[in-house]
Amino acid sequence: MIEQVAEPLQQSGFAKVVLELDVNNHPGVMSHICNLFARRAFNMEGILCMPMADAGRSRIWLLVFEDQRLEQMILQLEKLVDVLSVRRHGAEHEVFERLERFFH
Amino acid sequence: MMEMSGAELIVRLLERQGIRTIAGIPGGAILPLYDALAASTEIRHVLARHEQGAGFIAQGMARVSGRPEVCFASSGPGATNLVTAIADARLDSIPLIAITGQVPLSMIGTDAFQEVDIYGMTVPVTKHNFLVRSAHELLDVIPEAFRIAMSGRPGPVLVDVPKDVQNQRVRFEAWPQPVVAEPNRPLDLKAIEEAAQMINDAEQPVLYLGGGVVHSGASALAVTLAEQAGLPTTTTLMALGTMPSDHPLSIGMLGMHAARYTNFVLEEADLLICVGARFDDRAIGRAAQFCPRARIIHIDIDPSEHNKIKAAHVAIQGDVGQVLEALLPRIKVRLRKRWLSHVDSLKARFPLQMPGLEDARSHYGLIQAVAACLDDDAIVTTDVGQHQMWVAQAYPFGRERQWLTSGGLGTMGFGLPAAIGAALAAPERTVVCFSGDGSIKMNIQELATLAEEGLKVKIVLMNNQSLGLVYQQQNLFYGKRVFASKYRGAPDFTKIAEGFGIQSLDLDQVQNPRAALAQALAAPGPCLIHASIDREQFVYPMVPPGAANTEMIGG
Repeated sequence: MIEQVAEPLQQSGFAKVVLELDVNNHPGVMSHICNLFARRAFNMEGILCMPMADAGRSRIWLLVFEDQRLEQMILQLEKLVDVLSVRRHGAEHEVFERLERFFH
Repeated sequence: MMEMSGAELIVRLLERQGIRTIAGIPGGAILPLYDALAASTEIRHVLARHEQGAGFIAQGMARVSGRPEVCFASSGPGATNLVTAIADARLDSIPLIAITGQVPLSMIGTDAFQEVDIYGMTVPVTKHNFLVRSAHELLDVIPEAFRIAMSGRPGPVLVDVPKDVQNQRVRFEAWPQPVVAEPNRPLDLKAIEEAAQMINDAEQPVLYLGGGVVHSGASALAVTLAEQAGLPTTTTLMALGTMPSDHPLSIGMLGMHAARYTNFVLEEADLLICVGARFDDRAIGRAAQFCPRARIIHIDIDPSEHNKIKAAHVAIQGDVGQVLEALLPRIKVRLRKRWLSHVDSLKARFPLQMPGLEDARSHYGLIQAVAACLDDDAIVTTDVGQHQMWVAQAYPFGRERQWLTSGGLGTMGFGLPAAIGAALAAPERTVVCFSGDGSIKMNIQELATLAEEGLKVKIVLMNNQSLGLVYQQQNLFYGKRVFASKYRGAPDFTKIAEGFGIQSLDLDQVQNPRAALAQALAAPGPCLIHASIDREQFVYPMVPPGAANTEMIGG
């Protein structure tokens, strides 16, 4: 047999990326999104979700590592019916930085 | 102003969407919906004997009709029994609407009797799912479920409806319109132009057709492309029949159980044109060594398939039929004599070996003897295992939607209920279900459904007293340590069929198997045709799991 167990991907060496998602606001959306990442053992470093002014929608901010699977992850996110848009920002985006004082 | 219960609303919306047959099993939490269904004059209910059977009956209908079909199950075990059929629909991109009963809203989360979180459980195996929280929501959810199931890449949708929502009264002004599939995004004409250039410039191109060609109804266009550009054409398991197997440009199925020449042709390709396929591991073997010399054009409706397994030099997003229509006027007529004669010489040197064809009681011989009694109008379903691969190799498929098989999930137990669904969708056709003695037992209770419906489903049971593909792998790759793959008991399948009220034919016992087959296949109504198969007959060639496609064993 030639099958081999792949080495687990080391994510910590990669640069971080901030993803900004607009989603429909109803119970279950988070579960659809978290499932995608968990299934692929793609680590989410940070997650933040609040309803938007338009009560039907929420915005989700994700802090993730930029490994080679990120493009595929974004395509999978865009396929979710409740995900309306996905925007990609660099790690320098302030959303998580400004929250850091709550985690010390 | 209209007023009715949530349950009645679901039934009316399904009627308006054109649903005429629903497979399912009732239970406590879905009884209001069944009560409403009983009053329907439009929809016929087919009572399955296990919810997985109901799911596959609906799949069989959808695979034949190409449109979403519906199954019902109650909460708890009813719903969990559907999960395999839903996951199967997801992996083969089949439009399926599963509607489940749920405990009343106020009891959700209390571990109520027959409560499971089927919504949470089906998140990863559906295209989308809903938990309905008011009867009024149904006016949006049911049409939306259909829109999602049939738009873009098709797939399964689950709608979980609590019992009190089914009973809730709802008032509304107007019916929502029945939905149709969403139009696709405009095509990237620059990419199409580039692809056409690559095809025109290629010396050794190969066309690789997948299930997307079936979903798009594009097999005629795909064959035209092959003929116009002189492309040897391989199909995946899902796409068998999109190019008739006797077409001079057909090089058969690729992958783990392909003929040797097919995988050798792919090895030499300088351009691979992938149309509605997804580079599945059983089709391409070790990804890094698949088509090592080829540039790749990948046409797929689902952009997340592009660059998932193999990087595409040109990726075109869109319905494959629309893309092919735009591509064809840009494709030069080429005869490609040098390349096609090389393909022919590989075919002559490394053909598919089918020993024992003249014996209608051998595995290949039986499959071709069945085919000889039928024409392309017949529908063929299979279960999963050796018989499935032998049929894929040996049956002369001639049209799309002639062949229904569980490709992605590989679900043993698929064949019989899918055949029932196929016969419900196309009662004028003969449906043949090739099965094995391992697979048939996984949904054998649906023989009762089949007998009740009296459909023209002919089960060809290839019995080798084992889980044949497991037995084969243990022999080939686990030092002949055969374990848990041989059956010690030997059920009498003809008696089982008769016990369910289904006629049977034991090919082991007849003088003239071809004549007996012809008679059994032509007769009206269901029949189980039993044939003993030599356990030591393996599926060859075989690419060992994880190996490159050129490292075939046998054949």
